[in-house]
Amino acid sequence: MTQQQTAGPPSAGHADLAEEFLDRQTPLSRIRNILHRYPALSPALVLLIAVVVFGLLNDRFLRVENLSLITQQVSVVGTLAIAQTLIILTAGIDLSVGAVMILSSMVVAQLAVNNGLPAPVALFAGLVVGLAAGAVNGFLVTRFRLPPFIVTLGTLNIFIALTLLYSNGATVRGSAMPGLLTWTGTTFPVGGVRISTGVVVMLLLYIAIAFILGKTAWGRHVYAVGDDKEAARLAGIAVNKVLMSVYLAAGAVLAIGAWIQIGRTNAASPNAGVDLNLDSITAVVIGGTSLFGGRGSVWGTLLGALIVGVFRNGLSLAGLDVLYQTLAVGVLIILAVSIDQWIRKVKS
Amino acid sequence: MTMTESAASHTATREPILSARNLVKTFGRVVGLDGVSLDLYPGEVLAVIGDNGAGKSTLIKCLTGAEVPDSGELFVSGQPVHFKRPQDARVHGIETVYQNLAVSPALDVASNLFLGREERVPGPLGKLFRVLDTKGMRRKAKDELTRLGISTLQDVTVPVENLSGGQRQAVAVARAAAFGSKVVVLDEPTAALGVRESNQVLQLVRDLRDRGLPVILISHNMPHVFDVADRIHIQRLGKCAATITPQSHNMTDAVAIMTGAATA
Repeated sequence: MTQQQTAGPPSAGHADLAEEFLDRQTPLSRIRNILHRYPALSPALVLLIAVVVFGLLNDRFLRVENLSLITQQVSVVGTLAIAQTLIILTAGIDLSVGAVMILSSMVVAQLAVNNGLPAPVALFAGLVVGLAAGAVNGFLVTRFRLPPFIVTLGTLNIFIALTLLYSNGATVRGSAMPGLLTWTGTTFPVGGVRISTGVVVMLLLYIAIAFILGKTAWGRHVYAVGDDKEAARLAGIAVNKVLMSVYLAAGAVLAIGAWIQIGRTNAASPNAGVDLNLDSITAVVIGGTSLFGGRGSVWGTLLGALIVGVFRNGLSLAGLDVLYQTLAVGVLIILAVSIDQWIRKVKS
Repeated sequence: MTMTESAASHTATREPILSARNLVKTFGRVVGLDGVSLDLYPGEVLAVIGDNGAGKSTLIKCLTGAEVPDSGELFVSGQPVHFKRPQDARVHGIETVYQNLAVSPALDVASNLFLGREERVPGPLGKLFRVLDTKGMRRKAKDELTRLGISTLQDVTVPVENLSGGQRQAVAVARAAAFGSKVVVLDEPTAALGVRESNQVLQLVRDLRDRGLPVILISHNMPHVFDVADRIHIQRLGKCAATITPQSHNMTDAVAIMTGAATA
């Protein structure tokens, strides 16, 4: 029981209410509020600064061929990062994205080359593999209430093993594949710049997912579930249904990523892309999406993927060893998470 | 609108909007509710108080569909109802503001008000591509806040986490009170708030009442209860020990009845 035995407290005057809006802001907190409101702003600034700096360091960096190369290098990780963003927005994490993509790409390549299936059928089978993998992850997360980290750590190993068992460890070369499978690797000129089809496919995916996340009820529910699961449930959102659909959507995106990967490397290799898992998480985190869920956007992720690509490319053009690229990416991750934590403290 | 109707009927008829008859709820051998009846009339604030384990929460859970009573009857506007899930109670216009608030911090005020009942733009864009009517929802959210007299939330595009505790409570209350609901149940709405913010929320409760929306208020805070309640339902040992008014009894009496030291 409270100790205040005085009668009812005086009712709040209107001057009191108005005072709520007079925020006592410092310039720093104002910056923080802006960054908080537009999470893609900080990665955009970082990308801009990186491009300018690397451009000054080496004049080959800003050449169109090099910029085109960066986009191609980014296309696979950028696609995986879309799937990763969806999962991380729900306060999950998917360690199996790379493994799912490789499994899907091996199924597509083997069915087309060794089993002689028509290319569209093989690609469709790859999509089914992606969806099935997403369904397994989603099922374990929603039904058994296991943490996504553990679930996908397990399925990561399972999918890698399945890939090796299925493919016998053999790489399928692009020259043996039907043209449709390596179509994502073809390039076409746009005003002197060679753009690869895979990059276009990736960008279309970004536009589609950004639209769905930003403009539909499903998108809003994804954010709500990641933000506060219990609040979402009490608001009448079918949390498990949303989570399941997110894992399925991620699986479908990964299957498309597999297609881009085949075109980009002109092969389907069971040993490719071991580091793609972590690179996709890196892109998401640098892109300002919070690992705690409910905050971020795929555009930030695209910027994050580009930042990683620009750093790797720029540092190697500057003549630095690949180890320094990795070092730089590591520093970037920690910086990005620190900034995210700082922005999260925004509430007054 | 239902609001003005119920406001008008406040003095005219005294048919309860929500009533419970002889609710019994047991948990194994523990009797949570032992035949509790309750009436909520239009345009009143009914406080439910009681010591821990008195059956306060069980009563509220039965009224809002979170628990299904073993026996007893529920009526909404005189019609018998059976709630199996919170969703059922919501369909009948009974909205609950939970103690933990249940708002999504990163979403803005308008999105929170419409969470779980989003509206799409008319035409093929909404039907085929399921595009949300963000502008429309923001406009309606503003209108609804104005109608409810919630002046602390001017900008419906602000993320809820940027708001103060009182303002967040206002968002949760607004969501419960908006869109034609008949009854608002507030579970410890001032528990986590400071003095000034508590006052804002209590003012909000009064405003809802003055607009004809009946409120059930669960609280441990006697001054708050005596400040806003029209009637006070006192739970004790699974039963309704008394229903008093702030005029008929004072806080000491209420505590005495609550603890069994006195009877009404």
